[in-house]
This record gives sequence, C-alpha cells and structure tokens, in this order.
Amino acid sequence: MIISVASGKGGTGKTTVAVNLALALKDARFFDCDVEEPNAHIFLKPRLNRQEKVFIPVPEIDTAKCSFCGKCGEVCAYHALAVIKGEGGHQGEVLVFPHLCHGCGACSMLCPQGAIREVNKEIGTVESGSAGEISFVSGRLNVGEAVSPPVIRRVKEYLEPSKTAVIDAPPGTSCPVICAVKGSDFCILVTEPTPFGLHDLSLAVEVLRKMEIPFGVVINRSDIGDGKVEDYCAKENIPVLMRIPFSREIAEAYARGISLISAFPDFKGKFIEMRARIGTLLESGKAGR
Amino acid sequence: MKQITVISGKGGTGKTVISGAFAALAEKKVMVDCDVDAADLHLLLHPEIKERHEFKGGQLSVIDEVKCDKCGKCAAACRFGGISPVFKVEVFSCQGCGLCSRICPRGAIRMKEKIAGEWFVSDTAYGVLVHARLGIAEDNSGRLVSRIRQAAEKIAAAGGADYIIIDGPPGIGCPVIASLAGTDLILVVTEPTLSGLHDAARVIELAAHFKIPAALVVNKYDLNPGVTEKIEAFCLARNIPLTGKVPFDKTVVRAVVEGKVVTEYPGSPAAGEIRKIWDLLKD
Ligand code: SF4
Ligand code: SF4
Repeated sequence: MIISVASGKGGTGKTTVAVNLALALKDARFFDCDVEEPNAHIFLKPRLNRQEKVFIPVPEIDTAKCSFCGKCGEVCAYHALAVIKGEGGHQGEVLVFPHLCHGCGACSMLCPQGAIREVNKEIGTVESGSAGEISFVSGRLNVGEAVSPPVIRRVKEYLEPSKTAVIDAPPGTSCPVICAVKGSDFCILVTEPTPFGLHDLSLAVEVLRKMEIPFGVVINRSDIGDGKVEDYCAKENIPVLMRIPFSREIAEAYARGISLISAFPDFKGKFIEMRARIGTLLESGKAGR
Repeated sequence: MKQITVISGKGGTGKTVISGAFAALAEKKVMVDCDVDAADLHLLLHPEIKERHEFKGGQLSVIDEVKCDKCGKCAAACRFGGISPVFKVEVFSCQGCGLCSRICPRGAIRMKEKIAGEWFVSDTAYGVLVHARLGIAEDNSGRLVSRIRQAAEKIAAAGGADYIIIDGPPGIGCPVIASLAGTDLILVVTEPTLSGLHDAARVIELAAHFKIPAALVVNKYDLNPGVTEKIEAFCLARNIPLTGKVPFDKTVVRAVVEGKVVTEYPGSPAAGEIRKIWDLLKD
C-alpha cells in the first residue's frame, strides 16, 4: 500500500502528517519526495548509510564532427540547444544550456553527423537509511537545478510493493507533485481552514480526481480560521480523516524538530486509527474521488 | 525601477500576507503573483480582470491508431515512460519532447500543443496585478512565470512604476528560478522552525548562485525565540541583513479569513512591523 501525503499549499503540516503516520505504523517505509525542500529528516533523525548521486544525461558536442546543420536546436523542445551557423570563415558554434535539458535524448539520437554524445550531469542525491523501525529514503535537488522529477523518480525506485510506504510529496499542483503521487493507492491532502487553505485544497482535489487517486483530508490548525473547508469537504463527499488543533505546544515541538507523537503520545492512536480508516474507505469505495 | 521577489523556500511562512501588505504600502508599483501553481494573492487583492491571455506551454504526443502498426520504436526510445505497452500516450508521463513523433517510421505520432494555463492583467484597489492560473496537473510553470514577469515589466515601464513586487512560489526548482532571475533583491520570509531555517538557507544559497542580494524576515518570531536566535546567528554569519521580525498576531488570520491585507487593521502589531520592513526595503 502506497499512501502519499500532499497539499496544494505549502506549510500546512504535510510533513508532520507524513512523519507521524510512519512513526505510528510498524515497519513503514518513508520516502521524502519533497526534493526541493526535504524536511522529514529533521523529525525522523534517520541514520543514513547510503548515498547515491542522481544524474541526467546532457549533450556534449564534438565540434570536429559537427556540421552546424541546426538539427539539434530544432528538435530540442526545451530550447536547451542553440546552433550558430558558421559565416564568413568563422566556425559555427553549438550552445548547450544544461539546466534546461530534460535528458530526452532527441538531439543525440537525431544528429545526422553523430556529433553528440551524452554525458552525465549531477542534479541531486538520494540518501537512505533507517530511523528506528522505519526505513527512510530522501531525495535532495541540488541548489541551482530546475528539474526535480528525475530525483523524485529515483527516490521512488526504492518502493517495495509488499510494505506500507508513506510518501511526503512536494506542495503545489504541477509536475513534481504528479511525479510524486503517481501510483499511490491513497493520498492524504493536508490543509488549514483559511481561504488560502481552501483555495489550494480545491486545486489539489482537482489534480487527484484527474489522476483517479482516492483521497481524504486532514485539517491542521483546525480551530483557527473559518468553517469553509469543512463545508467544502461535506459538499464534495470527501472524508475528513483527522483534525489537529492549533496549540503553542505543538507549534513549539515542531519548531524544534520534535515529532508530534514523541511530544504528545496520545496522537499515536489517532494515526493508527487513520490508517485503519483509509483501509475501510478504500474497501467500501467511500474515499474521496 | 526595482524588482523585489518575496520568497520563502518552505510554504506557509506568511509570504503572501507580506506581499499583500507591500501592495498596500508601496506607491508606484506593479504586483505579480508568480506562485502560478497555487496562486493566493488574489484572495487578498480581489482583482478585477481586464485582460485574459491563453498560455500555450508544452506539447503532448497523440498517436494515430490507424497508422500505428505497433512496432515499438517510440516506447523503446522514450525515457519518460510516456508510451504504454498498448501504445497509448501516458498523459501524466509524457514530457512533450517530441522524440517519438520524429522517429516513428509510419508518421503515426503528432505533437499537439497544450493550453497549459491562463494569465491575467487585473486592476485592484492597490494597483495593477499580473497573475496566472496554471492548468491542473500541467507542466511548464517556469515558462508561465517568465511570461507574466515580462508582461509586468512592460506595464511597469509604460506606467513609470518604481517597483515590481513579486510573490514567489515555494521550493527551489524551475518556477522559483524563473521568479528570481534578474531581480534586484529577494526577501526571504521564514518562520522560527528548524524546517523554516533549513529551507530559507537553501533559497539564500540559490540567490547567491544567481548573484542576487538577499534579505530576511522572521515571521511569527515570538512563537519560538530559541530558533529565532539561531536564525539571527545564521544571518550574522552569512552577512544577510535581517530586515525585521514580525510578531505572531491573530489579526493576520482574521485578515486572511476576511480577505483583506493586514495593513487595513490599524492596531495590528504585525502590520506595524511590516510597514517598517517596507520603509527599509524601499531605499
Ligand atoms: S544536429 Fe549534430 S551536426 Fe547538426 S548542429 Fe547539432 S550537433 Fe551539429
Ligand atoms: S537531450 Fe533532449 S532536452 Fe536535452 S538538449 Fe538534447 S534534445 Fe534537448
């Protein structure tokens, strides 16, 4: 079973829910796919014993073979290559913008001169280890890199179908989120009861509906703001899985990198219950969809 | 003209609340909401849309089932798993690179341009807002950000604006890079939590990578004085100006719920501090 935890808006408590769900379950596997800003390690404090680099193939031009025909610049859909044709005795030039390259391979495959070879460029790292009984994998995009899905895909290669996996997804509604939640059996959307929270929740719901992934909602800081998130969930038939009230003590524990369950052991039962409820919702077809 | 990007790394630190307040405080400016994934600034500024533009971003493969003889060349060449074993395009995996359409021996694949979103130029009580809506589950947020920043620069130049104020997206990836490239200053809004500090440090590193000066604000600083001290020490060590510390203030939540910018609440301590920050930034 793969359960991903996402939110349209950042900072709603997504990592809190993901981390504590993993802590409450026995032998869960945790995957931090929020590779632009990975934070779960702050709370789980894993012992890491393996690190691997993530590369994407980017083109390198052999100017001795290149005829400056312009083909590669034309086929690259991401404008990662620009060909300057030679003129008046000046040799031409092929400019490569590696940070725009998606590593699709079109240029090297289609160059009529066989002048392009692919070289690996590092864009991030994946670290793995364990935090108590939880096995832990986390991806990290290098600062200055624009394209995070290859790092997310690499993290997800560690998924094992037999175990419960908790995925901490990035915020938003575009490519990185889709890459992270794709293939999940269930998605928990974390929100807060404010107009910002509601607006971004409704966008995230649209994403999951389009992807046909069943979902439910956790309302964090449930006693601030207004009642419109509750109304929305009721109207859209979306189950509310848990409500976490605002408290200075909870905020303080979070600030210092202490998980909810270690600070307030009562929450453990709530997370176990939530996991059971997800199972029933899926069986009965009553999850949000 | 000065361009200031308000950004945070980690979401939910109060970036949009602060950008919204700047909209009210700055005099001649154009506002841009670059959080095109989950734009929220309009919930405070209530724009009246004057111009609406389609954003064409990226492409998607379309297979002609009649012409396709299932040779499998496309699926073997695609690095994104964009073609399923039964030769259907996997719309959430296809990255629109177009390789398959170029190598298909039967010419059975064409690329279809996607309408990936919309962008708007609007009037608000505080001046012009350029904003956008990326289509659900769409790619290309970076290009949409560049598009609306271009539009805003034109409007600002034509109207003689002194500032462009940009509300940036969370993270450090493509839309963030597009939001801060070529700006004069980035203002990092963080909160006194270890995650907030960790993420702010990564955004500051990103700013340094692009050689853009950065300044910092700690929002809700009094919620955790211990971590605030750590952030202050971090700023000192890295030579990052700390422009202000905004106190936790229930008025902020009230303002968001009522859909207003926080400076409309005269007694609000948060609004008072944000005003001081703006006075510092503006010169
Ligand atoms: S396609 Fe090959 S030969 Fe043509 S410009 Fe590019 S690298 Fe040179
Ligand atoms: S591999 Fe693809 S994305 Fe990269 S430069 Fe070549 S054509 Fe462009």
